[in-house]
Amino acid sequence: MPKLVTVPSIETRDLTKSFGHFTALNGLNLKIEGTKCVGFLGPNGAGKTTTLKLLTNMIFPTRGDALLNGVSVREDRKAALADAGVLIESPEIYPSLTPNEALEMVADLRGVPPAERAERIATVLGEVKMTEWADQKVGRFSKGMKQRINIAATLVHDPAVLLLDEPSTGLDPRGMAEVRAIVRDLKKSRRLIFMSSHILSEVVDVCDEVALIDRGKLLFYDTLENVTTRFSDGHASLDASFARPLEPADDARLAALPGVTGSQRLDPKRVRLRFQGGAGGQERLIEGLVGLHLGLLSVAESESALEEIYLQQISRGD
Amino acid sequence: MGAVVDGAAGRLRVPVSSEQVFKLTRYQLREYLRSRRFVALIAIIAVIGAILTALVAHFRGGLVSSNVAFYGSFWGGGIDLVIVLAAVFFGGDAIAGEFQNKTGYFLMGLPIRRTTVYVGKFIAAYLAAAATMLVFLAILLANGAYYFGTGAVPWQLLLSLALALVYLGAVLGATFFFSSLFKTSAYGFVLTAILFLFGFTILQDVIVGLVKIEPWMVISYAESTIGNVFGSGVNWGIFGTKTTTTTMIGRMMVQSTTWTPGIAEGFVIMLGYLIGTAAVGLLLFEREEFT
Ligand SMILES: Nc1ncnc2c1ncn2[C@@H]1O[C@H](COP(=O)(O)OP(=O)(O)OP(=O)(O)O)[C@@H](O)[C@H]1O
Ligand SMILES: [Mg+2]
Repeated sequence: MPKLVTVPSIETRDLTKSFGHFTALNGLNLKIEGTKCVGFLGPNGAGKTTTLKLLTNMIFPTRGDALLNGVSVREDRKAALADAGVLIESPEIYPSLTPNEALEMVADLRGVPPAERAERIATVLGEVKMTEWADQKVGRFSKGMKQRINIAATLVHDPAVLLLDEPSTGLDPRGMAEVRAIVRDLKKSRRLIFMSSHILSEVVDVCDEVALIDRGKLLFYDTLENVTTRFSDGHASLDASFARPLEPADDARLAALPGVTGSQRLDPKRVRLRFQGGAGGQERLIEGLVGLHLGLLSVAESESALEEIYLQQISRGD
Repeated sequence: MGAVVDGAAGRLRVPVSSEQVFKLTRYQLREYLRSRRFVALIAIIAVIGAILTALVAHFRGGLVSSNVAFYGSFWGGGIDLVIVLAAVFFGGDAIAGEFQNKTGYFLMGLPIRRTTVYVGKFIAAYLAAAATMLVFLAILLANGAYYFGTGAVPWQLLLSLALALVYLGAVLGATFFFSSLFKTSAYGFVLTAILFLFGFTILQDVIVGLVKIEPWMVISYAESTIGNVFGSGVNWGIFGTKTTTTTMIGRMMVQSTTWTPGIAEGFVIMLGYLIGTAAVGLLLFEREEFT
């Protein structure tokens, strides 16, 4: 029999959820296919968790449908979730279980062959850096440690689709960075990752595409690049840091650099430059910056463009 | 058909639901047997057993006049309390706890039907509760051996045990029903305990005294068959018997009516409760949202 190869997919059709008179999610239409990471971005209360719960049949839609890998979760949650890993609302694991036992249970119920279980479990525990805790009871773990086990549980069966609801909540800064690294790593192994977050930088850091949601409404869904260019009319910004405080006269010299359309002092030693001209313009600008001999230490693409779009988009309804 | 993606998905087969029920039952049962709750319940049963042992040793008399009388009063006197406690201990938060403690989010992320979760948890709670019944049975048999020797176990005990196992299912069914009706564990605990420890008995008295019909719809009525099988002149049938006694209190003539269920009747009623409560509880859980 030829091997069937289909791309992983997540789809919502007019997905709507009301709690009483309040509409938490309003007519969400999303079709995501392929192997990539999609950030599901929105402020607190936007409807991200609601969407993910609908996608996993934890709650039921008022209207519309949700499909994972082409299977409606309403009609057959078992088949729909068969090839998905799900992390929603930082679940609790039975406190008397150890990570090894909890993951064994997940692997068993999911149908991971017994011969492969031990190795899979060891691998995913390694990925979340919990190997040395493998045989301790989860009940005594900190919030962040539990979250790592939860992340490991989504990976035991090596799923094609991952639904992650703010996976880095409850983790310390190093933990957050590690989770981001894990997610970035997961992308390499041909998966579709749908990750909610209210932190823009997190989405920018690990995702290829972004769906922005606010007050239950999808504002846009596009690649990060397209979003940036679409909303910044050809402008981009760089943040430059210098070894010593800039003189007032330096501002004029910076403003005169090729392509620069505006500058803004972030602090005495840092300045944000808005410029035009795409990648070529950026190259010429950096060459120009170096040529000024102002003690340039570093240049970084500022996130301000997206940040501005984010804030501007989610405040439009006010 | 689910899409198959190259990599893991192609080779993974999610077990069929019946197999998942079996697996889940095993994990849940292990959870129960390891719990502090299980130890506490065994301790409570040991205390109940010790009290009964002391009572029998102290009063002897009619209690040990025959092996049937002994087994009837010891087993019949303690097992219904043991059953209600066990059901409440293991079933009270079986469903509500999944919501309250957020462990449900862990299970519900798996490719598993809600029915599978419900049935698996029910069977596990049933087995754990039945295991604690065995502890009480062991205390009984030890006492019986002391008074009558090991060979003198009456056949009625086996029948009574069978009825008790059906009763356990009925109480557990109700416990699971309350547990899915309220997402708060405490309600399930309290309601089941109140209802089965005295609520139904009061209701039964009210029905007999005021409505003056056979209280077949009340489970405490059916439950009395567990002890009744040890009696003499047992009604094995499917219909209850009505006894009217007239007593003189002073110069007043007071008539009182008692109903005794047939053994088959009691069995059918308890089975009905088991099936009814389990089914309605399952329907509730199917519609429950993990908000
Ligand atoms: N069970 C419920 N009953 C009533 N309202 C609810 C319920 N669940 C969610 N909501 C409301 O729906 C809206 C969306 O909630 P949701 O949890 O999806 O937001 P979110 O985007 O995940 O936010 P956060 O970033 O804070 O996690 C919120 O206004 C919330 O109050
Ligand atoms: Mg949320």
